Amino acid sequence: MADVNIKFNGIPYSVPEGITIIEAARLVGVNIPTLCYLKDINEIGACRICVVEVVGQRNLVASCVYPVSDGMEIITNSERVFNSRKHNLQLILSTHDNRCLACVQNGHCELQKICRDFGVDDVNMFDGEINHYEIDDSAEHMYRDNNKCILCRRCVAACEKVQGVSVIGPNERGFNTHIGCAFDQPLGDVACVGCGQCIVVCPTGAISEKDHTKRVWDAIQDPTKHVIVQTAPAIRATIGEMFDYPIGTNVEGKMVSALRRLGFDKIFDTNFGADATIMEEANEFIERLQNGGTLPMITSCSPGWVKFCEHNYPEMIPNLSSCKSPMQMLGAIIKTWYAEQNNIDPKDIFVVGVMPCTAKKFEIGRPDQSASGYPDVDAVLTTRELGHMISRAGIDFRNLPDEDFDNPLGESSGAGTIFGATGGVMEAALRTAAERITGKQASEVDFMEVRGTEGIKEATYNIGGVELNVCVCSGLANARKVLDAVKNGEKKYHFIEVMACPGGCINGGGQPVQPSAVRNFVDLKSLRAMALYSEDMRKSIRKSHENPAIQKLYTTYLGSPGSSKAHRILHTSYVERDKF
Amino acid sequence: MSNCSCIPFKGTKEQQKKLEAAIEKYKDQSGALMPVMQAAQDIYGYLPIEVQKMIASGLNVPLEQVYGISTFYAQFSLSPKGKYAISVCLGTACYVKGSGKIFERLKTVLGIDDGGCTPDGKFSLESCRCIGACGLAPVLTVNEEVYGRLTEDDVDKIIEKYKALD
Amino acid sequence: MKNVAELIKIKEETLKNMKSYKYNIRVCGGTGCTSSGSMKIIDELEAQLEKAGIRDEVNIVQTGCFGLCALGPIMIVYPDGYFYSRLEPEHIEEIVKEHLVGGKPVLKYLYAETVNDGEISAYTDTVFYRHQHRSALRNCGVISPASIEQYIAMDGYMALAKVLDEMTPNEVISTLEKSGLRGRGGGGFPTARKWVFTKNAKGDKKYVCCNADEGDPGAFMDRSVLEGDPHSVIEAMLIAGYTVGADEGYIYVRAEYPIAVEHLTTAIKQAREYGLLGKNILNSGFDFDLDLRLGAGAFVCGEETALMRSIEGKRGEPIPRPPFPAIKGLMGKPTLENNVETFANIPQIILNGADWFSSMGTEDSKGTKVFALGGKINHTGLIEVPMGTTLRQVIEEIGGGIPNGKKFKAAQTGGPSGGCIPASLIDTKIDYKSLTDIGSMMGSGGLIVMDEDTCMVDMAKFFLEFTIAESCGKCTPCRIGTKRLYEILEKITSGRGEIEDLDRLEELASHIKEISLCGLGQTAPNPVLSTLRYFRDEYEAHILEKRCPAGVCKALLSYEIDADKCRGCTLCARKCPVGAISGEVKKPHTIDKSKCIKCGACMEGCKFGAISKK
Repeated sequence: MADVNIKFNGIPYSVPEGITIIEAARLVGVNIPTLCYLKDINEIGACRICVVEVVGQRNLVASCVYPVSDGMEIITNSERVFNSRKHNLQLILSTHDNRCLACVQNGHCELQKICRDFGVDDVNMFDGEINHYEIDDSAEHMYRDNNKCILCRRCVAACEKVQGVSVIGPNERGFNTHIGCAFDQPLGDVACVGCGQCIVVCPTGAISEKDHTKRVWDAIQDPTKHVIVQTAPAIRATIGEMFDYPIGTNVEGKMVSALRRLGFDKIFDTNFGADATIMEEANEFIERLQNGGTLPMITSCSPGWVKFCEHNYPEMIPNLSSCKSPMQMLGAIIKTWYAEQNNIDPKDIFVVGVMPCTAKKFEIGRPDQSASGYPDVDAVLTTRELGHMISRAGIDFRNLPDEDFDNPLGESSGAGTIFGATGGVMEAALRTAAERITGKQASEVDFMEVRGTEGIKEATYNIGGVELNVCVCSGLANARKVLDAVKNGEKKYHFIEVMACPGGCINGGGQPVQPSAVRNFVDLKSLRAMALYSEDMRKSIRKSHENPAIQKLYTTYLGSPGSSKAHRILHTSYVERDKF
Repeated sequence: MSNCSCIPFKGTKEQQKKLEAAIEKYKDQSGALMPVMQAAQDIYGYLPIEVQKMIASGLNVPLEQVYGISTFYAQFSLSPKGKYAISVCLGTACYVKGSGKIFERLKTVLGIDDGGCTPDGKFSLESCRCIGACGLAPVLTVNEEVYGRLTEDDVDKIIEKYKALD
Repeated sequence: MKNVAELIKIKEETLKNMKSYKYNIRVCGGTGCTSSGSMKIIDELEAQLEKAGIRDEVNIVQTGCFGLCALGPIMIVYPDGYFYSRLEPEHIEEIVKEHLVGGKPVLKYLYAETVNDGEISAYTDTVFYRHQHRSALRNCGVISPASIEQYIAMDGYMALAKVLDEMTPNEVISTLEKSGLRGRGGGGFPTARKWVFTKNAKGDKKYVCCNADEGDPGAFMDRSVLEGDPHSVIEAMLIAGYTVGADEGYIYVRAEYPIAVEHLTTAIKQAREYGLLGKNILNSGFDFDLDLRLGAGAFVCGEETALMRSIEGKRGEPIPRPPFPAIKGLMGKPTLENNVETFANIPQIILNGADWFSSMGTEDSKGTKVFALGGKINHTGLIEVPMGTTLRQVIEEIGGGIPNGKKFKAAQTGGPSGGCIPASLIDTKIDYKSLTDIGSMMGSGGLIVMDEDTCMVDMAKFFLEFTIAESCGKCTPCRIGTKRLYEILEKITSGRGEIEDLDRLEELASHIKEISLCGLGQTAPNPVLSTLRYFRDEYEAHILEKRCPAGVCKALLSYEIDADKCRGCTLCARKCPVGAISGEVKKPHTIDKSKCIKCGACMEGCKFGAISKK
């Protein structure tokens, strides 16, 4: 596309035609603040914070949606612009619960930062009537506090456009407009899947996960409890963001070190659970393939996806793999095998999952997830909550030594690591399934076609003379497209990987919140995924079935993948749920 | 904020058939949701959750979208209207001629607020914008009947008249 | 219907048929007259004609609005054009007997202004009609809107035939450009330019939309056109479709306009039957069809992008422009959107030529404008005047002045987006520029007249209350800002105002104007700004003297009984709903101000004028 000549604050630049003022500003080094804008999904020009002057225009224009044109002169730093933004912020504050010190987003809030930048000195300037809303804490994983909502509608865009879930939206109109569910039902009563994508885009503290940190502190301080923490593959690639590391820095060693200093008795790696998942899932897939089972088989690691399927595609429940998620598998293994081996009563074991995910908070309460008779996992912390715990404990994260996971459940393969990115489960499964089917050691372990951050990826592999059509999708709106295509016969796949969050767990709803200024212009998904794929490359063991600890688990305890014992401990069942 | 009614839903098979027919008629048109919701409002008189679920399923749209629309447009109602639905014009012409007072008087006489319905289901009250009978200002309507050039005292007479009816 | 010849044939047959009657009676079936009972008049008329045995000699035409709604129900008897007003069904028997059978009009039921010393003058000579020029309303009150034949008899669809036979799209646009026609919906954007943009937009599919979501409180111009002359809009949309390359259209009309909806539905059906909608129209190869979509009670849907969202079946929330609807409108396709009155002008411009149209009006505002006259004025109703007519002519002459000998205080144009024009500017010409210059706007045509009993602060509050109720809630300044503006006004009218509030009002109002997403928010502060500009003294009286000069704002009023005038009749004490008045019989009464709720019932009831409010 051709370039156009424009001026920013009097200085001439040449920028590509057709982009918006805010994008052009970024190119020339000007950051325009915004509260509602999310590239591609929420370009609605509603908050009016990003207004700028365009010479010749009577009114200020919203830079997030206004395209540049040749000869345009843009002014972003005039008194008029500053005043407008300030007034607008003051209007927002007049309906916003301003008790910032008691807010989960204190210090990270986008609204707070912009208020500081624009010198909002009088927060009561436009005080007047406000609507009071009940806090909705009906869902297992999160709460919504409309008193802090500024109606930017990013959450709505995430729910509707990214996830195709559409359980929240604007209700009523004018001053009474508020975000809510149909008939203002509580979130826990509707088809919310718990993905938490709304949380990571909220510019204020209006939406947040339910805090499990107290449960965890209590357990740590309880001398009768053997407290075990496990961290999901994606955490090592993102927890660094909480301590100002560049996005995509793998800080596994420091993370383990911090967990040990927090007082956990054992630190295990969910990657082990991922390896176990592959053992079971690859086996299940081969069995379905060879014995005429229900195909395509669809992965079940992502609890948001599983709940989505139960609500929206109950007829496809038989397609779901019966495997528990890696976190639940590892929890189950801890409370059975590990408990037996170490002579600990499973009732005294408290398993904490550190997850990039909010749906996991829902998952631990699901039925058929208590192999030992006790819940496989007792508490789930998001990456953010772990970050807050580390801060509270006063641990100087950046200066920690690198330490290793505890054994044996801290040992893992590269296959387990890449579970954290979209395509990772598929690739890990293919690495194992290929060898299982052919009975030969495969030299090629990289399945490049299923990597990358695109929402829907397809590939066909010839394994041992069998053509396997696979599909990998992430983001539930994409899952909808794939499932509809399968249902109406347009597509024939053997194996589908679905991750609820776009890009997979590295971009999960439990991950550190990056402000829109970063989110809109940095490819979070790729940078974070890169950390996992480099780790996979570094590992000497890159296939799940080659993990010696996994081999030991099967030889000493479970027998073979798919055995009845494996089924009892590592598999689960699903329920049909209402569409609405 | 929900003004969800507590009156149990009493939809009939017949009504459901009509709604299904409306869904069928508009299903393949772009922008089907509004006409279908308008049809449903005509059929049931209001849009309770049961009806909105039928619409959402029939047109394959999220229930929240239907609800968001039903609370955006003033014409859609979530609670049933009274047997005698009273609507007072608060458009400029009527307002200038004192319709605000008429409306206040009705609220007092009926003991209900804007959008409310008397407990016996007999009267519901709402304000509306210009119904175009500015020549008769101030104006109110009871169902389809128009009453114009009103004074406050007329209000009591009108209510008495409908109270006397069954 | 294949060609012009067939159209002409229908025209001639229809005219011949009408001439065959001894009397042609037009009864107004517009909303105003229907509300005052014109349907009962028609029923009674038919019954009485039947009874008199002359049903065959009389043709009853139920027409659209005559304009003089204040005098409804209205009936005009042709060939003489005798104008009966404020009819009751009981009058009909006499009229049939005396006038239609006996040939003598019943003077006492005729509009008084047409009767002078027993002489009957033409209604077109009355002050209400004399200054008017009916162009957009040409067929309203003349033809039956339910009859496509009668529309054709008035040269209906001839403009379409002319365009399809003789004109290229560019020629249509250049005619519109020369005519100087500007959008009648409020903005006043040159119509030809809108058409060019849509025509030049690239797209495999284009739409034409008619905005009939007339939402200004007190405005009913478009309703009257749709009720009285629906085919004129359909014909214009066809011309638009041909010109910009669209084959599908929507008319978005308020559901609150049942008669308009009914007449449009009939008209669309008739046009389809005649082949004037559908495929290969008039054998030209041009295809076009249209459909109705009903609004559901949201003022903001009059904003064009919100209207399109509503047609798409969404919440009617405006979206930012650019891209403009001409490039990306309905369903993401190039869309031409005009309002009813704009469309209604177009067939005539095509038939009579651009020069005919541009000969009316002023330099920058050509043609005529329809206004709905309401409020404190004698002739409430619908008028159409050439652009450039002064406000004084409209109010004092056409409108018949202010009732009850009260003084004219202000006129409000442009509805919630417009402003109040003070009495000192009554000689302002009605055209786009003049109105904008004085802080109001043309708007869609609502014209509300206020007398000395109207409080301008209260008026501003009224419009803000409307805006708050109708704001879509999407953008911050409109959603919260208008509410805060209202609250400041509320503070002032309840006697808690401070003089700094006036600066706050101005500052916040300019802020909202400057950065709101759509036209609704950008214009919402206008009623505040214009009243502040012209009636600042009233604001100051509320704030500094805690006094409402017009005696409207309750909190600032107090009622007092003049002991000299009070006869002690006790009526006021009995009328008082809260028992605030006490006194012995035949002795002066007093009002306990702590109990008084300022309802005014005592003052209305007092027969001796002893009670006054201050």
